[in-house]
Amino acid sequence: MSSQSSSATGIGASVRRKEDHRFITGQGRYTDDINRPGQAHAYFLRSPHAHATINKIDTKAAAKMPGVLGIFTGDDLTADKVGGLICGWMIHNKDGSPMRAGAHPALAQGKVRYVGDHVCVIVAETLAQARDASEAIVVDYGVLPAVVDTASAAKAKTVVHVEAPDNTVFNWHLGNKDETEKAFKAAKHVTKLDIVNNRLVPNPMEPRAAVGDYDQGEGAFTLYTTSQNPHVARLVLSAFIGIAPENKLRVIAPDVGGGFGSKIFIYAEETVCVWVAKKVGRPVKWTSDRSEAFLSDAHGRDHVTHAELATDADGKITGLRVKTTANLGAYLSTFSSSVPTYLYAPLLSGSYDIPAIYAEVDAVYTNTAPVDAYRGAGRPEATFVVERLVEVAARELGKDPAKFRMQNYIKKFPHQTPVIMMYDAGNYGAAMKKALEIIDYKGVGKRKRDSARNGKLRGIGFSSYIEACGIAPSAAVGSLGAGVGLWESAEVRVNPIGTVEVLTGSHSHGQGHETTFAQLVSDKLGIPIENVSIVHGDTDKVQMGMGTYGSRSGAVGMSAIFRAVDKVIAKGKKVAAYVLEADEADIDFADGHFKVKGTDKTLDFGSCALQAYVAHKFNGQDLEPGLKEGAFYDPTNFTFPAGVHICELEIDPATGTTRIERWAAVDDFGNVINPMIVEGQVHGGIAQGVGQALLEGAKYNSDGQLVTASFMDYCMPRAGDLPSFDVGMTVTPCPSNPLGIKGCGEAGAIAAPPAVINAITDALGHEDIAMPATPQAVWRAAQKSLKRMAAE
Amino acid sequence: MATVSMTVNGKAVTGTIDSRTLLVQFLRENLRLTGTHVGCDTSQCGACVVHVDGKAIKSCTTLALSLEGASVTTIEGLAVNGTLHPMQEAFREHHGLQCGYCTPGMIMAAVDIVNRRGHALDEQTIREDLDGNICRCTGYHNIVKAIAAGAEAMGGKAKPARQAAE
Repeated sequence: MSSQSSSATGIGASVRRKEDHRFITGQGRYTDDINRPGQAHAYFLRSPHAHATINKIDTKAAAKMPGVLGIFTGDDLTADKVGGLICGWMIHNKDGSPMRAGAHPALAQGKVRYVGDHVCVIVAETLAQARDASEAIVVDYGVLPAVVDTASAAKAKTVVHVEAPDNTVFNWHLGNKDETEKAFKAAKHVTKLDIVNNRLVPNPMEPRAAVGDYDQGEGAFTLYTTSQNPHVARLVLSAFIGIAPENKLRVIAPDVGGGFGSKIFIYAEETVCVWVAKKVGRPVKWTSDRSEAFLSDAHGRDHVTHAELATDADGKITGLRVKTTANLGAYLSTFSSSVPTYLYAPLLSGSYDIPAIYAEVDAVYTNTAPVDAYRGAGRPEATFVVERLVEVAARELGKDPAKFRMQNYIKKFPHQTPVIMMYDAGNYGAAMKKALEIIDYKGVGKRKRDSARNGKLRGIGFSSYIEACGIAPSAAVGSLGAGVGLWESAEVRVNPIGTVEVLTGSHSHGQGHETTFAQLVSDKLGIPIENVSIVHGDTDKVQMGMGTYGSRSGAVGMSAIFRAVDKVIAKGKKVAAYVLEADEADIDFADGHFKVKGTDKTLDFGSCALQAYVAHKFNGQDLEPGLKEGAFYDPTNFTFPAGVHICELEIDPATGTTRIERWAAVDDFGNVINPMIVEGQVHGGIAQGVGQALLEGAKYNSDGQLVTASFMDYCMPRAGDLPSFDVGMTVTPCPSNPLGIKGCGEAGAIAAPPAVINAITDALGHEDIAMPATPQAVWRAAQKSLKRMAAE
Repeated sequence: MATVSMTVNGKAVTGTIDSRTLLVQFLRENLRLTGTHVGCDTSQCGACVVHVDGKAIKSCTTLALSLEGASVTTIEGLAVNGTLHPMQEAFREHHGLQCGYCTPGMIMAAVDIVNRRGHALDEQTIREDLDGNICRCTGYHNIVKAIAAGAEAMGGKAKPARQAAE
């Protein structure tokens, strides 16, 4: 199909968002905005200790406090046969044995394993009363030493879960060890780096929230929740945790204020909220405050890696090997095990033709919050390793970093990497060329000299990233250990006068699906965009879906819609054939009209819909009345967005302040439905990546206390920390889905951290700086550089 | 419990509240004006910004009882008779929002910036004055563009009120 439309609202147009009116007028409907009649409030008493046995929980005094309706512990969950939280991806060790996972109860059973772990829940008439009562609960803890440090967790004497006596969940590997060893033996040059990928807190602006409701008459539960994938939440709550069968459990994810991965997972609080609603016979609301979010939302990243890159005499990359330790926290969150494995190591080929790659990953338990997918999930960690190695190798070999990259780019497609992935399409050189033009690479020398004259250090850094998204072919992920298939569903319901409702299993929490999806449908059906409504986020309306993460809603979700619309058109042709008294094979559909070939007989889409429902012109036995079609789309491959980001920045060595002066982003997302929305995704991704590189870092002290547990301590990127971005695009359509879409959600967050760190190290003239490169860290490094330069 | 009376979006309101009730709780829970949001506990993120007597304040750290007799404007009161405020229009036109959660606070803060700084705002001024508002989605790029455009559009209609008064 064409990638550009002449229509002002069609595919390729920057249509202003349909959903915006409610958000700019304060009419958005987020979970905490929902209040059910008779609603009570839940408050969770959380562990103040990183690691402790619970000897006794005394709730007697608290239970008598004003407004208290009930206090429930892990024993109550057990008594009601409510199961624990699950990890949905099985990873196998090098020897083929399954990973070692400890239990993950929604409320602690005998032990707490991180600060913020859930000890018990208090339900009261008001939140203030529930909080007040929590202070009257006396917990007798037996405090244990805490395991905090990622790199040394496997050697710690303290054990987080008895199931994993060396705190190691799995030791896993991917790639070809023997060939990689050979490549390194034959190498002319080997570049070595030790890398820490700093732990991050996702921090969507809307904190998590849940309202649980139980209808005694129907014996049915409803859970309103901040979820990126309400159907997966229902599946897990039904099939594994055992709240209720699926037909008695409705999950609604209304407007959701950002997710970035952190709202994929099925957490303790949401589970308890829906369970406890039946116990107290009242709707129960829980809303996280920001401190709770810091403590209990799944964190991201937290890798410690040694990485090596082998090159031959011509500067050709011949091998790459990594040894990574990944911190998974105190419990295995829903998809945690997949992040440092199949979402990480398969991306270690980057954009480069590397014949031999070998990755070893050890995952460890620690007494910290669970770690799971955060924007990019594994792919930023892989890209940071590859792009730091490549940059440093270029510098060590005395080669221009842009030319070194272009020399080693994959140039022929499809390309099979040594680490699972089959890249289907791309043109990495074109993106580099465009990015170099945007940043004015030729002028950088002069700009560096100008900065030096002002006492500043200017640096330029490249990041030539690739990612795998459009997650994912069900059979492929199944063979790698996923507990689910990763297709998507769509249903296109045409109303009798030709307006359309599209029900999708994707979920929008900022991505603008209500606009983009409507553009596709209005373009294909030739009807006004305002005649198309997108319905999502309610398991009673949408039958099934896998939700939104991994930039899957365009490539997978919209492909399902595409297929369902095709079925609607096919059915419409049958209806039109009866109405226009022609042979079905002679009916064409274009620009919103069914037309008999070679005649002037036409039927517009709305009239066709009406004829389908009144069903006067055909025999209902030969052709069913109605116009409603569904499709399940299972992708044939991952998609491979790629691009080049270049960061140019200036450091003030007197203060350590880093100021980003220019940012060129050239991304290849395949075909683009709405460029305005896609560019917005790029901007936001870069901001999170710059946050990781310069500002953000979750820090636990040696006792396991999170010392960055508020916006006062954890440095979120603000407007003054960022520049405006120059965003360009190249297009190689994706051959693996009918729309040619690759996906854009993670690109910026993946690309940005190495671009920033490569620029800082370029400015400083040496390679030793960890993320976040705070002013203090940069100042120290700058002083070292200045001393060295003075000595030279 | 105590009684408080104030004007919210032009309407006189009275509520009987626990004395520790914050303005944002009064707005959201008593008046069901849920456009004003809570994004943090520490007055850092600005999702809760409303106007009190024409000035932007953070409603998550203001006791409702302290505002006896005050005039409060929330995001729900910004559009007049169904006509969007120029700053609301600018946020939509320039894609200055994604998930929409920080948006009410952003728009109320943006109107306040214009009231304080005038309608010809350069990028640096906007970025510095947005220090009290956090957005996790947009990278601020389009928010900055929206505020510059909204400020200009506001200038086209009337001189910013407080600047005129000063």
